[in-house]
Amino acid sequence: MKKLINDPDDVVDEMLDGMVAAYPDQVRRLSDTNVLVRDDAPVDGKVGIVSGGGSGHEPTHAGYLGEGMLDGAAAGEVFSSPTADEFEALLEAADSGEGVLAVIKNYEGDVMNFETAGEMVEMEGTDVATVVVDDDVAVEDSLYTSGRRGVCGTILVHKAAGAKAAEGADLEEVQRVGQKVIDNVGTMGMALTSCVTPEKGEPTFDLPEDEIELGIGIHGEPGVERTDVMSADEITEELTESVLEDLDLDEGQEVMTIVNGMGGTPLMELFVVNRKLQEILGDHGLETWDAWVGDYMTSLDMDGCSITVCAVDEELKELLGAPAETPALTVK
Amino acid sequence: MSDEGAAAVAAVGAVAERIEAERSHLTDLDSAIGDADHGGNMARGWAAAAEAVEDLEDPEPAAVVKTAGKTLLSEVGGASGPLFGGSLVFASTELEEGITAETAVAFAETYLEKVQDRGDARVGDKTMIDALVPAVHTFKKSVEVDDMTPVEALAKAVAAAERGVDFTVPIRASKGRASYLGWRSVGHQDPGATSTLYIMEELLDVATDNVDAPDELPDHAESPTIPDGEVTED
Repeated sequence: MKKLINDPDDVVDEMLDGMVAAYPDQVRRLSDTNVLVRDDAPVDGKVGIVSGGGSGHEPTHAGYLGEGMLDGAAAGEVFSSPTADEFEALLEAADSGEGVLAVIKNYEGDVMNFETAGEMVEMEGTDVATVVVDDDVAVEDSLYTSGRRGVCGTILVHKAAGAKAAEGADLEEVQRVGQKVIDNVGTMGMALTSCVTPEKGEPTFDLPEDEIELGIGIHGEPGVERTDVMSADEITEELTESVLEDLDLDEGQEVMTIVNGMGGTPLMELFVVNRKLQEILGDHGLETWDAWVGDYMTSLDMDGCSITVCAVDEELKELLGAPAETPALTVK
Repeated sequence: MSDEGAAAVAAVGAVAERIEAERSHLTDLDSAIGDADHGGNMARGWAAAAEAVEDLEDPEPAAVVKTAGKTLLSEVGGASGPLFGGSLVFASTELEEGITAETAVAFAETYLEKVQDRGDARVGDKTMIDALVPAVHTFKKSVEVDDMTPVEALAKAVAAAERGVDFTVPIRASKGRASYLGWRSVGHQDPGATSTLYIMEELLDVATDNVDAPDELPDHAESPTIPDGEVTED
């Protein structure tokens, strides 16, 4: 497979340097680490919000660094958790003295390394709170997870917790709203093709030309079902119904949605999906408060999408709609 | 450098050599039920740890163990870094007064506690816990109830860990990545339990080399590691 890379071993390092070069007044890199932080981190008097995980999900995680969202993000190797000392450097850099909320996706490596780092910085006097995102409704246990996987819903956790922190709320309050999003969000994804990791250079899994996979993870992990190729509307229906069944919302409930591209899918197709998604939500008597379409949480070059639905009340609407200024997402 | 510090450095070096020698065996075990990176990750981590402790000026046991743990944390990816490295970092504080029967038991117990906290696994889940729990309990009992010397107790603990590793073969994994395989994990030996056993075997080796006999404890003139009147006479 052709890729725009040099040595696969250097790809994360070179990506981070390139990112800093693209947004020099917004982000900086902590020396000798794969940690990027907001240029003005730690922000005085504000609870820090940090995230991190394997690379290959761009713009996640560092794309969301900035006002109203994250203060720092650690980048692991492709699809691998950052190490505990990277997380340690991240937590320290984001702490202004008000404590730090770590937003972790539910993968064993991420959770363990973050927890270990958290204990270490707590010994040094930094308060750390965590929320673990597990919004993927597709599978209960997987190759990397006990319990459900954390996927695109993570972006909304960053957004709500980031907005709450920007208001000047304390660590406990910031953690509460992060958890509130997790309790109200569900996601399901699908793949038309496998992703190709820089190291391997060939598809991670074998998906024939006439088949698709539903419930796929963001690391090329297996989904729940292989089926023949379906139309965009049929796929949208499968994904949306699975998410709605999991959320079990009352008629009239307001929701926010994300149609997320997996990295290799044109916007054209994502908009086609969004059109059908909104139609289905209307049929269920749900009211869409806001709808995002784009690449938010990708899986390298995989073709496919995920659909995220989050039930919102007045508090969440205020937080999710609050201003944010980051490389990947600007909310005015 | 104290004798104990030198022994600790030697132990880290011995583990690094052993893990390197077993690298492909560990990877084979992990290929069967995991993601085939345990051998490479552990070998890389321990090699770096051995280098890091060699560079310490005036190493004392706690500092050696902490440095090894920190290095493993930064070099070993995935869950093994926190489990093997993080637990060493936290347990190292138990050795701040030096290595005695009492501090060795406290060290073993804290290490086990950290692995259990972090990995949330129990005996029978087919993880390193299956080797660690019998080893630590045996060590503690041998020292505290059977009045054995730490080295004798460690020999007992290694035998217990060995039985624990054997025990992982027929059972079904319910924690860690192997659990994804369900029944297909049956019949395979757990790589984490296996590498835990290798580490313990090397510790026993180095401890045996460094303590000739219980009544010939090294001279502790420069470090008050054994409070007066606490030396047990056999």
